[in-house]
Amino acid sequence: MASIKTRLRREKIAKIMMQLSGILITGSLFFIVGTILFKGFPYLTWEMISQVPQGGFYIGKEGGILNAIIGSLYLGLASTFLAALIGLPVAIYLNIYVKSGSFLARSSKLLFDVLFGVPSIVYGAIAFSIMIWMGIRASLLGGIITVTLLTIPIVVRTIDELLKTIPVDLKHVTQSLGATKWEVAKILLLHIKPGIFTALLLAFGRAIGDVAGVLLTAGFSDNIPKYLDEPAATLPLAIFFQLSSPIPEVQGRAYASALILTLIILIIVICTHYLASKQRKHKI
Amino acid sequence: MHTLSSIETKKTQNIVMPSIPHIRIENLNVTIDGRHILKNINLDIPNNSITSIIGPSGCGKTTLLKTLNRLVDDAKGVEVNGSVLVNGEDIYGKDAEVTHIRKQMGLLSQKPFPLPMSIFDNVAYGPRIHGTRNKKVLNSIVELQLRNVGLWDEVKDRLHASATQLSIGQQQRLCLARGLAVEPEIILGDESTSALDPISTQTIENLLVELKDRYTIVLVTHILRQARRVSDYIVFVYNGEIVEFGKSEDILLNPQHELTQQYVKGFIA
Repeated sequence: MASIKTRLRREKIAKIMMQLSGILITGSLFFIVGTILFKGFPYLTWEMISQVPQGGFYIGKEGGILNAIIGSLYLGLASTFLAALIGLPVAIYLNIYVKSGSFLARSSKLLFDVLFGVPSIVYGAIAFSIMIWMGIRASLLGGIITVTLLTIPIVVRTIDELLKTIPVDLKHVTQSLGATKWEVAKILLLHIKPGIFTALLLAFGRAIGDVAGVLLTAGFSDNIPKYLDEPAATLPLAIFFQLSSPIPEVQGRAYASALILTLIILIIVICTHYLASKQRKHKI
Repeated sequence: MHTLSSIETKKTQNIVMPSIPHIRIENLNVTIDGRHILKNINLDIPNNSITSIIGPSGCGKTTLLKTLNRLVDDAKGVEVNGSVLVNGEDIYGKDAEVTHIRKQMGLLSQKPFPLPMSIFDNVAYGPRIHGTRNKKVLNSIVELQLRNVGLWDEVKDRLHASATQLSIGQQQRLCLARGLAVEPEIILGDESTSALDPISTQTIENLLVELKDRYTIVLVTHILRQARRVSDYIVFVYNGEIVEFGKSEDILLNPQHELTQQYVKGFIA
């Protein structure tokens, strides 16, 4: 039995460790945002966000990255939507229709855990080889499909965890009112609605920030894609290309592009939190 | 003579009809993951009365209750053998339709679980999923059931507020109203007052006593005094078996079996 003095000392050490980690994380976050702001803000012009690259944009001449902004938004929103459309029913099925603890439930959860961890370049490579086989060139559609595959496991696993936090009694009382499984599912979804927004936010964050998956499948283009079979630019790739340039002007624009990407994510986060808080009024 | 007597028997049967048990359990055995949870249960649950299932923790009370509306076979590894007859129909039979069976039985769980919607929508939920769309009808059902549980005057001005804003005792009454709105014949209570304060507990107990004229009520409780206060019949379950079943006062004042005696006296917790 440790004396009270030793226990209090341990308490102090644990607290200091936690505070240090907190400072480290917030510090690095400020450092990242600060760097982007410091290096990118001077280059952030209206032209940057309202124009596509003109001739000579990549050697520091006029134009902007509207192509990449629109491309990324298309890709992020479309694949998050598709991932929700496919992932939600899977999560519901695994939790409500499949008996908990059964082989199917356990094995598919394991599968989605593995898929969750697979790096996006692997998805990109597989999608790329399928596209070659089918004779499809790098396009917005290819990018959307690849990124959707990448984000489905995120949606399934997060929604799955959310559904698991629901007390089994809520399910039972709903069933005892004579509700079918589908009606029970709707009640449970209503219950976790705020959490669903967070799950979709995670998926969107991964979708819009992904580089490796879209590198081979979406390609890159200086134009805004009008059709699904046209190649599309994305912000992360735009940042990558500009950053590898030796011209300081172009490098500065890379930071400005990173700033735009961060702002887009910030706006999405704020919207999600707002929507989630509006849904929280019925929370048990 | 023979014919006459058989007619007479029929007549008697007709008169006796209402007291034919709503729920009859025959040779019921439940195993969960190979463990024998309920052993050879045979029980007739009397109509229009409150039957309490008592017994120490882990004896199978809740499992017994949940076999009645088939919530028990929701999980993996559960095997149910034997039959539970509700109005003569075996709910474990091949053609049994679970949704319909459950609709006949209102469940009042340990803690109140309001649905994530307004007070009004909670009560209207059951009738709505069963096809009632008419607003006037829904309004009257909601008012009737909220009055039935004595909640109407407390909530009539905020019917469209979230159900979670109610106190826990009010929530439990709301859950009872929600269950009654689907017009069940049987009410199942799974330690329904264990999360409530003494006053709310008393309100729920009084309600159940009032309701027994119209419903068959089965309660699981670990509080002997509660069983004494509300029940007409008591089933004492020990280690997955029914040790004794009888009228409430017989079980509590004059138990026949040694285990029941020990439990009633407080030697088995």
